[in-house]
Amino acid sequence: MVLTLAFGMLTVAVFLAFIRLVRGPSLPDRVVALDLLASLSIGWIAIYAIATNQSIFLDVALVLALLAFLGTVGFAYYIAKGAMPWRQT
Amino acid sequence: MAANVSEFLALIGELLALIGTFFMLVAALGVLRLPDVFTRMHSSTKSATLGIGCVMLSAAFHFRDLGTVTQALAIIFFVFITAPVAAHLLGRAAYLSGVPLWEGTLSDELRGRYDEITHELTGYLSIPLPEERR
Repeated sequence: MVLTLAFGMLTVAVFLAFIRLVRGPSLPDRVVALDLLASLSIGWIAIYAIATNQSIFLDVALVLALLAFLGTVGFAYYIAKGAMPWRQT
Repeated sequence: MAANVSEFLALIGELLALIGTFFMLVAALGVLRLPDVFTRMHSSTKSATLGIGCVMLSAAFHFRDLGTVTQALAIIFFVFITAPVAAHLLGRAAYLSGVPLWEGTLSDELRGRYDEITHELTGYLSIPLPEERR
């Protein structure tokens, strides 16, 4: 029951973050949404590990946290260096 | 007695799972509803990090063996170290690339003090303060 409620809230959260990922007016908005989606996936994997009683899934959460950090750093690097079509001036 | 303690720890674990997923839902709501990249970023970073911490503590309370608890604490430590770094890098990149601020923004201390070509920060005292702050 509790885990069903947790899964439901995580599903709604992933849906809301995905709306921002599609709609986001600039590239940093989309990167923020992607970072949040990675965080939500980590939480999802932890809840899934509890639900299936398999603690081995927490390894996946650790690797996903590392990859999400690397991806965000890479996106930030290329945003700071690259072309900026949304710049107003 | 031992069964009571076990049930109590399981109850704490379920409560922490609910609290963590609730904070993640709040983070996603903030990312959808807030008006600005930077406000969205504050929602995503702080609230989702707290949510991950609560959910990992919930997993630790559920499994209750040494390896899993250590791993959950390691994930919490890693996320608490890397999330502010990633948010700072992304916020700096977004500011430098000229993403518009929210129109209700009260202060922008970096405006006019950063050379975008040479990436040099002008000293605090070399630029005269605005009229209302002298």
